[in-house]
Amino acid sequence: MLLNQFLFLAAALFCIGVYGVLARRNGVMVLMSVELILNAVNINLVAFGAYRHDITGQVFALFVIAVAAAEVGVGLALVLMLYRNRRSIDIDDVDLMKG
Amino acid sequence: MNQPFMLTHVWIVPGLMVVSFLLILFFGKRFSERVTSGIGIFFIGVCFVLSCTAAVNWIQRINHPVANASAAQALITQPDGRPAPIAGQSDADAVIGAYRGPAEAAADNAVKAESTATTEATTTESTATEGATSTGEGAATSESTSAEHEAKASPIVSRWTWFQWGDVTFEFGFIADGLSVLMLFTVATISLLVHIYSKEYLHGDVRFTHYYAFLSLFSAAMLFFVTSSNTIQMLTGWELVGVCSFALIGHWWEDKNNSDAALKAFLTNRVGDVGLIIGVVITFFAAGATSFNVLHINQYALSPGANQTLLLVGALCLFAGVTSKSGQFPLHTWLPDAMAGPTPVSALIHAATMVVAGVYLIARLYSVFYEGLNIGDNWINYVAVIGGITIVGGALLAFVQTDIKKVLAYSTISQLGYMVMALGVGAWTGAIFHLFTHAFFKACLFLGAGSVSHAAHHTFDMRKMGGLRKYMPATFWTFVLGTIALMGIFPFAGFWSKDEVLAGSLSGQRHAYTFMLVLGLVGAVMTCLYMSRVIYLTFFGEYRGHGTPHESPKVMTIPLWILGIGAVVLGLVNLPNAWKVGNLDYTTRFEHYIEPTFAFPVINHAEFNWILAGATTVLAAIALFLAYQYFWKARSVFLGLKDRVGALAWGYKVLENKYYLDHLYTDIIVGGVKGPIARGSYWFNTSVIDRVVNTAGTASVAAGRVLYTQVDQKVVDGLVVATGTGASESGEALRHIQTGRVQQYAALMFAGVAILAIILVIFV
Amino acid sequence: MLAELMVAENIAFYLIAGLMVFAALRVVTTRNIVHAALYLVLVLAGVAALYILLAAEFIAITQVLVYIGAIVVLFLFGIMLTRAPMGPMHDSDNEQRAVGAAIAVVLLGIMGFTLFRAFRDVQFDDLQVQTTNQVATSVFSTYLLPFEILSVVLLAALIGAIVLARRD
Repeated sequence: MLLNQFLFLAAALFCIGVYGVLARRNGVMVLMSVELILNAVNINLVAFGAYRHDITGQVFALFVIAVAAAEVGVGLALVLMLYRNRRSIDIDDVDLMKG
Repeated sequence: MNQPFMLTHVWIVPGLMVVSFLLILFFGKRFSERVTSGIGIFFIGVCFVLSCTAAVNWIQRINHPVANASAAQALITQPDGRPAPIAGQSDADAVIGAYRGPAEAAADNAVKAESTATTEATTTESTATEGATSTGEGAATSESTSAEHEAKASPIVSRWTWFQWGDVTFEFGFIADGLSVLMLFTVATISLLVHIYSKEYLHGDVRFTHYYAFLSLFSAAMLFFVTSSNTIQMLTGWELVGVCSFALIGHWWEDKNNSDAALKAFLTNRVGDVGLIIGVVITFFAAGATSFNVLHINQYALSPGANQTLLLVGALCLFAGVTSKSGQFPLHTWLPDAMAGPTPVSALIHAATMVVAGVYLIARLYSVFYEGLNIGDNWINYVAVIGGITIVGGALLAFVQTDIKKVLAYSTISQLGYMVMALGVGAWTGAIFHLFTHAFFKACLFLGAGSVSHAAHHTFDMRKMGGLRKYMPATFWTFVLGTIALMGIFPFAGFWSKDEVLAGSLSGQRHAYTFMLVLGLVGAVMTCLYMSRVIYLTFFGEYRGHGTPHESPKVMTIPLWILGIGAVVLGLVNLPNAWKVGNLDYTTRFEHYIEPTFAFPVINHAEFNWILAGATTVLAAIALFLAYQYFWKARSVFLGLKDRVGALAWGYKVLENKYYLDHLYTDIIVGGVKGPIARGSYWFNTSVIDRVVNTAGTASVAAGRVLYTQVDQKVVDGLVVATGTGASESGEALRHIQTGRVQQYAALMFAGVAILAIILVIFV
Repeated sequence: MLAELMVAENIAFYLIAGLMVFAALRVVTTRNIVHAALYLVLVLAGVAALYILLAAEFIAITQVLVYIGAIVVLFLFGIMLTRAPMGPMHDSDNEQRAVGAAIAVVLLGIMGFTLFRAFRDVQFDDLQVQTTNQVATSVFSTYLLPFEILSVVLLAALIGAIVLARRD
């Protein structure tokens, strides 16, 4: 297998995730897109770890997973707060900082 | 005996008159007429005595030249200490080269000059007294054609350095030599007599004190002028006598004619003074721009390297001043009008002393004139021509006057013409001698006219006089004596002086000044004629006035007699050498003592020409005869000639209008300036200059306005406002980027990252 | 044998990759939020399969357990608590769709270009299984500090989530 295969795949997932972050209206969906991005990064890490016979790739991926979990938890808490205060999770409505 | 006190302290003489002036000025009002006039007479009397002393001292100095090589520091010394040679030797280089100018004068306060020049080494002492009967100097008696001079003493100069500026020294000094001593004597004498005369003439006058104050001031100024050692001082004295003349002519200024006459005198003199000042400056610069000293200037003029053109220009400029002050044609117009002043003033100022200031100036700076105009080698020059014209012009005008003082004024003008002409043809001694004799007989005539008017109820109109011979014998006889002297009849004073002048024009220099001679002769003839007219109209015939005339008091007649006697005998002081009899040294005494030898050109002295003397006597006799026929006998072909011949009538009219000179000056020149030129200047000032200024002003205002509205408001303010507006508008525009939406920020961020990535990947 | 293995792995890879990409696309394009979550599950499962392919067994299992088992459940709870509509939503995308798509494409392009240039034909050598033992050893020796910090992070996230979401 080519290394590039995995890397291309990771790049594709990453870009799809970027699209999702930018284009989705719902906050939860944005978080899902962020998960896509993180997973793409993970694939990258593990692929390189396997290529280079270095366990560090996996270890790092483990850490990313843990951090992702934490982040999702806090993120959803934020979304919940948003919903409680505004009765909607359309993040386009959160524009109080409008200039 | 070396340095007589009166000669080294000659400044005392004008100084005394200054004291007199100040006394009368400050205290005169409190005193009576007697005391005021007494102060004046006293001081001028003292001055007279001191002048006589000075004259005696000078004569003794001439008679006893001290042969002393190691004398006190000389004005002119050569580097090796020898005394400088006499002027006239070819060694002029040594003289000029040794002149160290003011540098050596700075050491001492007063440098006295004692040059002991002896060429023939006549060291024989002689007990010289006034009148010169010494024998020791006979060896050096001058011949008329020889260029040698007798051994004479140099002038005594006492001077103080006023201030020094670089090379230039401004000094304050007095010179005592033959010429100045003579002038001192003349001025003092005439002034004394006038002081005495005025006491009676102006008795009861409204401004008696004022008159005597100015008389003293005038005397002081004139004495100061004739003893000045440098041209700046001479200028001061010149102007001062002009001021006194103005004040005294306008003494009775309540009558506008008098004040007009005073103004005319002053302003006409002013016109000439411009030339005088320029001349002083030119001679200063010509002589090396170090000193105004007259001896220095004269020495320069005689040096071989002198700039002749510069000397000529300087001489002509100086002569402009002489033209106005000494009544030469064409600036003589003020003199007849000046007769508006009191008669003693006319006698003193406008006959004997002030008007001869110009003649004195030329005589003092004679080297400048001699070298500048090249008198020795020409047969005509400007000074002589003007003098000649003045002789005839003045004489002609004397014929048509009805005012006796005006006749005498024109006569004065004519005689001044003689003096100037004499200087112009190189007869220096003749001119000065004529000045001397003229002072006496003209003053005598004027005072006589004053006496006459005193009797004829203060009129000077000869038509209202007549037959006064019977009433005023003293006045008549002194007047006749003065007239005969003026006409130049042998053996009166005028004969000798006038004859010397005419001889000088004939045979003085290399070429004969024939034209001048002719003019002089014509003038002499006319003098006889018009003076006869005066005598006839005044003293003969029937009295045409009102009242009964009477003789004047002794206070007035005694001066007349003194002057009259002087007019008779004074000619004898300068008998020509042709009249020498035996071994006695009595001829040409005047010339012997008065003519300078130091810094003086070598001039020829004409000998006594028997033919010329005879011719003048014959002409005078013919003129007198014609006059006698015309006036006394009323039987002449000339009677009524002007009515018959049209040309003569026209000539008479021209004379009556004084050659229309007054018309020229007042109406054409002054009127031209007052009228068109003044108007033109005013127009130019308002239309052109003011317009320029106003335009500059309005242009500035307009420019300011433009600057304000266009530049300041629009551009500068616009720039400033635009900056602010730009900032706010750009902010307004950029504000919309900040939507508050996180996703938009994220989009921008990712876009930036993408672009950055592209750049990094492709280009780096 | 090796070639066969290679062929099989490649086929497996391409199948899984295709599935993943399709699922990811559906995550970001579907209107139904629950469907999006379920598609996310597919993506995560595919990732786990890839890990197996790469002989990273521990990570694969962890992926399944943590991501699919916990995080997706968390998502579903979040969807429930925020009263997301069960059916399709009308406005699930905002106005930035075009911009976002453009950016994504550009990024993909640049990354692909870079990868192609960098790792053109780099192949995996024989893949050795990296055991759990190795992972544990690495975590608790070399990377002990990050591990501890990670636990603190998790604690912080826990506390933070509770604090944020509590009602008071």
